[in-house]
Amino acid sequence: MSGWMTRNIPKIVVAPSLAAVLFFVYGFIVWTGYVSLTRSRILPRYDFDGLGQYVKLFRTPRWDVAIENLFVFGVLFIAISIALGLLLAVLLDQRIRVEGAIRTIYLYPMALSFIVTGTAWKWILNPGLGIESVVRSWGWESFSFDWLVDPEMAIYTVVIAGVWQASGFVMALFLAGLRSVDQEVIKAAMVDGINLPRIYVSIIIPSLSPVFLSAIIVLAHLAIKSFDLVIALTGGGPGYATDLPATYMYAMAFSRGDLGQAAASATVMMATVAAIIVPYLYSELRPRHD
Amino acid sequence: MKRSVLTSLILISGLVAGNALAEPQAEVLHWWTSGGEARAVQTLMDEFKANGGKWIDMPVAGGGGDAAMQALRARVLAGNAPTAVQLKGPSIQEWYEEGVLADLSSVGNAEKWDSILPAAIGKHMKCGGKYCAAPVNVHRVNWIWANTAVLAKAGVSIPTSWDEFNKAAVKLKALGITPLAHGGQAWQDATVFESVVLGIGGPAFYQKALVDLDPASLNSPTMVKVFDQMRTLRGFVDSNFSGRDWNLATAMVINGEAAFQIMGDWAKGEFTAAGKMPGKDYQCNPTPGAGFLYNVDSFAMFKVSGADRDAGQKLLAKLIVGENFQKTFNLAKGSIPARLGTSLAEFDYCARRSAYDMDVAASSGTLLPSYAHGMALRGQQAGAITDLVTQHFNSSMSSAQAAKLLADAVANSL
Repeated sequence: MSGWMTRNIPKIVVAPSLAAVLFFVYGFIVWTGYVSLTRSRILPRYDFDGLGQYVKLFRTPRWDVAIENLFVFGVLFIAISIALGLLLAVLLDQRIRVEGAIRTIYLYPMALSFIVTGTAWKWILNPGLGIESVVRSWGWESFSFDWLVDPEMAIYTVVIAGVWQASGFVMALFLAGLRSVDQEVIKAAMVDGINLPRIYVSIIIPSLSPVFLSAIIVLAHLAIKSFDLVIALTGGGPGYATDLPATYMYAMAFSRGDLGQAAASATVMMATVAAIIVPYLYSELRPRHD
Repeated sequence: MKRSVLTSLILISGLVAGNALAEPQAEVLHWWTSGGEARAVQTLMDEFKANGGKWIDMPVAGGGGDAAMQALRARVLAGNAPTAVQLKGPSIQEWYEEGVLADLSSVGNAEKWDSILPAAIGKHMKCGGKYCAAPVNVHRVNWIWANTAVLAKAGVSIPTSWDEFNKAAVKLKALGITPLAHGGQAWQDATVFESVVLGIGGPAFYQKALVDLDPASLNSPTMVKVFDQMRTLRGFVDSNFSGRDWNLATAMVINGEAAFQIMGDWAKGEFTAAGKMPGKDYQCNPTPGAGFLYNVDSFAMFKVSGADRDAGQKLLAKLIVGENFQKTFNLAKGSIPARLGTSLAEFDYCARRSAYDMDVAASSGTLLPSYAHGMALRGQQAGAITDLVTQHFNSSMSSAQAAKLLADAVANSL
């Protein structure tokens, strides 16, 4: 009896959470997918209508901009955050004196909510109030940094604000990873006469690949989730230049009463993300046959 | 035998007494939670209570009504709709199509709403030909506000056509004054756009293009001219206009940084709060061109169960269109009464002018619903048009392409 209990108590304890996740997360993903195949407006309707919503979605110019922005923002945000975080971690790893204080300062932005980050950067990047006007008042009259109000460049301001927020966190992840590297291997390499940068590039960084996985997963979810950053920083941008699928979906569902479109855009967003993350997870987590 | 007769007598008397004493009760969902709007809804609350009603307030602030609509959707899906909801324009008919609105024709007929409401406004309050909502006010959207001193300094007068506006703007720009104070938010771009459509195309064109959504009018040479004017206006706003709130743009006019602002009559509250007098410090005029674009707030009554809630709805509807409420509410909110013939003695100059213009527009057929404020079209179509307008305003799209994309966007959203 107690053998059966020891084997099955963990399963019994986890079962309610599993059931809840299956129903509320996966069940409702299926529900959203079904609603995207109907002509739902302000309330959901359940008469099957086919792929009409998707046809409409891909004929909407605003959606093209949103998807393009997702890729531009996502790729730049993840790549720059990882590069910057790794660089900061490597530099901090050199046993400098005030490491504790500097590490804390770099990590602080993560404690802010995206709304605060967005609002603060909105003021900093505002041409009339922020960097442009300060540099002009210092004498460089023709300096211009109006990316925030330029439809072509506004998405890069979102990248700037996002990277500022997240790179400290990535730095902390990599620092922990670096500290757990086996010192014997490093010493052996130094005895062999390899210089420090080469040691980092060839030995230490490849051994950090689990940390890369964690960092990419966290950053990818932050990038997809960044609805509040865009709303606070640009409100969707000049026109809809900084629209992302998340803000498009919100506008369709809650401001315009078009649940069918919202469901279709949510499903496409999920499919896009799954198409990238699922293969990556599979390649990282499958059992390796060395 | 005797006991059962006695019991049933007691039960019957209880029922009768219950119905006779049905205390009107109303749970009211709205988002008038701050400033003048909160004071205005307080007048309705007080009047309802003074007439024996029990008001259960359900204020849901945020998002210009988005959060309230979310709360409404949740309540309707749970089968427990609020008694009265602040809804306006075609969304009333949209909710009616879901089958959840109550029938107010008993109140409408008893109070003779057909004769005391302008025909255009009465039409919005009807679902399937029967009254289902009560209008509280009429806002005029196509006002152009101006700073008197700035106009005098530049030697320009209030423009009566868009060409005159352009000439005046050039003069103002030469003096370093921003001709048009504007906030670069989608709904503000839409407000300016519909005033330009009305001014350049005229009321009949506005009706065909932005209310009937006639494809030939949407992609027409007149619409190309409208977009040309929008491009010209883009050159008349200052470089910081992106994302600016509407009241900050009004502040630019109040302190003389800018000369004009195109905004609805809620801008009047900003001038009044700053201690400015109409005529002396600021001018209120219709935007260049003819026509009156209205935005009517209203309370729609949802199907509820229970005699007291039913009585509450009928009492609320009767009070809302009553003379006393129409006067006190609109004095507090800054709009004009929807009820024809309300005494306007206590209203200020701009409100009286607005009411006079509304009477003239109603009789000449130029009283038109505002698309930018959700009176003319359903959310999906209005949103598609606004997306295109704001994209054109914030990019270098050509007018011909904009007109074509406008027709495409509307066709795609139907």
